[in-house]
Parts: sequence; structure tokens; C-alpha cells
Amino acid sequence: MTTTTTVNGQLCDLASGTTVATLVDQWCPSPRGVAVALNGEVVPRSTWELAEVAPGDVVEIVSAAAGG
Amino acid sequence: MTDAALTDPFMVADTDVGSRLLLGTGGMTSPESLAMALRASGASLATVAVRRVDPATRHSLVDLLDELGIRILPNTAGCFTAVDAVLTARLAREAFATDWVKLEVIGDDRTLLPDPIELLVAAEQLVDDGFVVLPYCGDDPVVAQRLEQVGCAAVMPLGAPIGSGLGIRNPHNIELIVERAGVPVILDAGIGTASDACLAMELGCSAVLVASAITRAENPALMAAAVRDAVAAGWAARRAGRITRRFVAEASSSFEGMVDPEESVGR
Repeated sequence: MTTTTTVNGQLCDLASGTTVATLVDQWCPSPRGVAVALNGEVVPRSTWELAEVAPGDVVEIVSAAAGG
Repeated sequence: MTDAALTDPFMVADTDVGSRLLLGTGGMTSPESLAMALRASGASLATVAVRRVDPATRHSLVDLLDELGIRILPNTAGCFTAVDAVLTARLAREAFATDWVKLEVIGDDRTLLPDPIELLVAAEQLVDDGFVVLPYCGDDPVVAQRLEQVGCAAVMPLGAPIGSGLGIRNPHNIELIVERAGVPVILDAGIGTASDACLAMELGCSAVLVASAITRAENPALMAAAVRDAVAAGWAARRAGRITRRFVAEASSSFEGMVDPEESVGR
């Protein structure tokens, strides 16, 4: 069983209790236009401060890119 | 330009979209080039893909579109399954605070043709989840009708594969789709130049979505302006009521009142 967290396809060692809000802060210049999925489920923006990322979790942080 | 052509609103899901030219941001070579093309196009709606954030990226596409006053239409580009497309749409709704989604579910990565089966499954789920779904589909009139039946707000048949610039490969099918559709038909994919966009409107489409033809043109801003004019011209031509096609000629000058050559020359 994996004990590291995957964020955007990269393995990361996160401090325990790291919240989604903290991750967004680390990865994005601004939280505007950003969304997060935790283990395949969308994490509502309103819960970012409370949602904690656990070891083995898979996180996707996305925004708009040229396309479509 | 007739007043009717100017004032007929382009309505999707009870919303006045504004411009009948939607711009796809795919293929943009730089934010500056995209901004110029967007301004020249007069588009009110632009599609974006949903992708992992890249900490190295300096510019924000969301900010750029916001500055230009252009609404985001998220696209589930790159999804191969209904599951992926539904998650992507939900992420987009959260990220951009919009219920609208251009639904793209492709069957293979060479042709990028839509997978109609996964597309229908995804469309139904997203409609049930409260989305305004604009599905990118093939030019099959039966699939287009099924998409409308499950509650899609428009249908977006392709003219030809994405980025191919081949124009409208099956105008007959597009006309069939237009004839039966109770929702707007937006031609999406395959447009290569202005005349393709004009033809789409003449076939009865309500709007067109253009990406590569503009973003990858040598002069994107100039092409955007040309396509904008073409969409307006095609729309007006459709409203003007064209002549029917005839197998043989119909003289535009009456034969009555012609000088009789034998009488004139004298005997």
C-alpha cells in the first residue's frame, strides 16, 4: 500500500494534516479558476480549508488551459 | 446587412449568447496572439480545456478571458470515457462557476472523432446533474437527435476532424441535422477558412465554433475577422432565401421585346 500522496501525477511527501487549501496555495499563483479532485471526487471550494489529504490519496489540481 | 440579421439573438438554453462565432482557444501560439484573435472575432464565448495546473505557467487564461469580457465554455477535451468526461465537467463547474459544458468524448486519438455511445451516457448524466450540455458529435443525424432527446441544449456536429481544416465533409448530413433539430446547431470542428464558416451558416447552423482555423492561421487576428464576416454573411444569406438549384438554365433576361435580327437587317 502506498504511503505517499500523488499530486498531479507526482509523488509527494506531505506533512500530515495538509489541507487542500494549502496544496492549492503551493501549486497555484491564485486559487481563481482552480478546481481540485481528491480520489476522483470534486472537492468543493468551500471545504478546501477543512479537507485534509491523507497518505495514499490521489489529488488533481486543475485549471483552464488552451484547448477545446 | 439586414436589420433582422443584426438583431436576431443567438439563444442557447434561454440565454442570449451574443456572437454566432465561438472561439476555441486550442492551438493558440501565445496569449498575445489569442487576445488579438479574440478581439477581432467578436466572440462572446470561448472554450478552454481543463488541465493540471503547471506551476511554471505565468499567464492565466481565465484572467485573459475575463479581461476581454468573454465567457468561458469549458470543454472536456481529451476524455475517452463518460466517467472521465463527467468528472472533468464537474471540475470545470467548480473552477469556472459555470453550468455550461462543451461535452467532448472521443473514440480514438488519431481521428479525435466522438464516441457516440460514451457521449450519450455522459450527456444524460450531466443533464441530470443540472449542466447545460453542448455536445460535440459526429454528423450523424440520428445521434444528434438522441442527444437532443436526453436534454442537450444544443448539438455541435463536426464538419470534419478536429484541426483537419477539411471544411464540411457532409453538407447533406448537416442539413438533415438542422432540419430536425429543435435546439441550436453549432458547427464545430474541421473549419479551415472563412468560406467553410459561411457555408455552415448557409446550411442553417445557428453558430460555428472555430479553433485551429484561426489560432493556427498565419495571421490569426485577420482570419478571425474574416471568419466573423463570413458567419454574418452566411447567416444573412440564409435569411435572404436563396434561389433553388436548377439542372438547366433559367434566363435572367426575358426573351420578350428582343430585336428580331432578320427584320432589322432588311431584305
